[in-house]
Amino acid sequence: MTLFAFSGLLFLGSLFAGLLGALTGLGGGVVLVPLLTLGFHVDIRYAIGVSLISVIATSSGAAAAYVREGFSSVRIGMFLEMATTLGAIVGAYLATVIHTQLLAIIFGLVLIYSALVSWRQAQNPSSPLASGSRWSDKLELSGTYPGPDGKPIHYEVENVSGGFGLMFVAGTLSGLLGIGSGAVKVLAMDRIMKVPFKVSTTTSNFMIGVTAAASAGIYLHRGLVAPGLAFPVMLGVLSGSLIGARYLVRAHVSLLRIVFTFVVLALGLEMIINGVTKWL
Amino acid sequence: MALKNAAGSKAEHFDDRRMETIMGRLLQVGVLLASFVMLAGGILYVRTHHGETPSYRTFVSEPQTLRHFGGIAHGIASGNPAAVIQLAVLLLIATPVARVVFALISFGIERDKLYIFVSALVLAVLLYGFLKPQ
Repeated sequence: MTLFAFSGLLFLGSLFAGLLGALTGLGGGVVLVPLLTLGFHVDIRYAIGVSLISVIATSSGAAAAYVREGFSSVRIGMFLEMATTLGAIVGAYLATVIHTQLLAIIFGLVLIYSALVSWRQAQNPSSPLASGSRWSDKLELSGTYPGPDGKPIHYEVENVSGGFGLMFVAGTLSGLLGIGSGAVKVLAMDRIMKVPFKVSTTTSNFMIGVTAAASAGIYLHRGLVAPGLAFPVMLGVLSGSLIGARYLVRAHVSLLRIVFTFVVLALGLEMIINGVTKWL
Repeated sequence: MALKNAAGSKAEHFDDRRMETIMGRLLQVGVLLASFVMLAGGILYVRTHHGETPSYRTFVSEPQTLRHFGGIAHGIASGNPAAVIQLAVLLLIATPVARVVFALISFGIERDKLYIFVSALVLAVLLYGFLKPQ
């Protein structure tokens, strides 16, 4: 395959990954790494390096739209970024010592888990407001968001240390696998800290970019960001996710969402099977 | 007392909102700039390497020169398309870092000591990942 055809196909594939990521709410990286490794036979370390770059692009690209809605909390985000960025550095170091086939297997497991979380989110999107803990006010994590009638709704968070710990895990997975680990972030904020759903999803979008930036520099220094992959993939994923966010989310997509959740599940299984057979 | 608190938190969140609006724009401009550089680098890259057959099947580290700021600047000066792409990558990584710097300044203006500390710590971790020598 010539370079021109290769880059063109990569662009289209990444566009699709970006669309799928926006549609399922999982982010582009989750579909991109399996696509690159299974579809284009790219070494998983290259796939992870270039995926991190795309994750930063989609997170930053969507930021302005999220801000306009007025739900995100800069304080919750910044506070938890302490955990995710530290985790990301740890993950980037772990990536050097872990066998590539094991990396593929871990990736597959996270993929399956993410699909299940996204599925549950779609069925049951809101959790009740938290009673709050004393740390919620002390750490300035309590806030307000615009309610349906325009009046601000006050919220508090609970179990700050539990959420913080899980965010460290989310950061480690991000640095290890080159994904945004949005599913783990939403779990930490939504289910454990009881941050209102809209606030947790929009805040998580900001955190994903900052978390990925923490480990992307290390990948770049190690020579894992290949320029020939970076340009078609980054431009493709970014365009795909912007198109997805603008058009698909508003459309009636419940059936598409079901189909895509199964696609993600299948990709996860394929990554695991592939990893196990090559390893043994 | 309750009234005073409510008023205080309202003013504080008005500032937070403005901070977030500016930060959203900052991110958008950063990613737009990086995309243009990436596109330019990509076009040059395809033109230079069009006859080659790419293979990323096994990991061969990128040339040492394209992993550091000095090397990338040097590569751009000598017209290496891969260096232009790496510049776009650097711009992209710098975008969220700039957001944290902006937050640090905003918390400074709000005189919020706790969050000055929090954002300084996040910035320190980011800079460690970004600038750390091999």
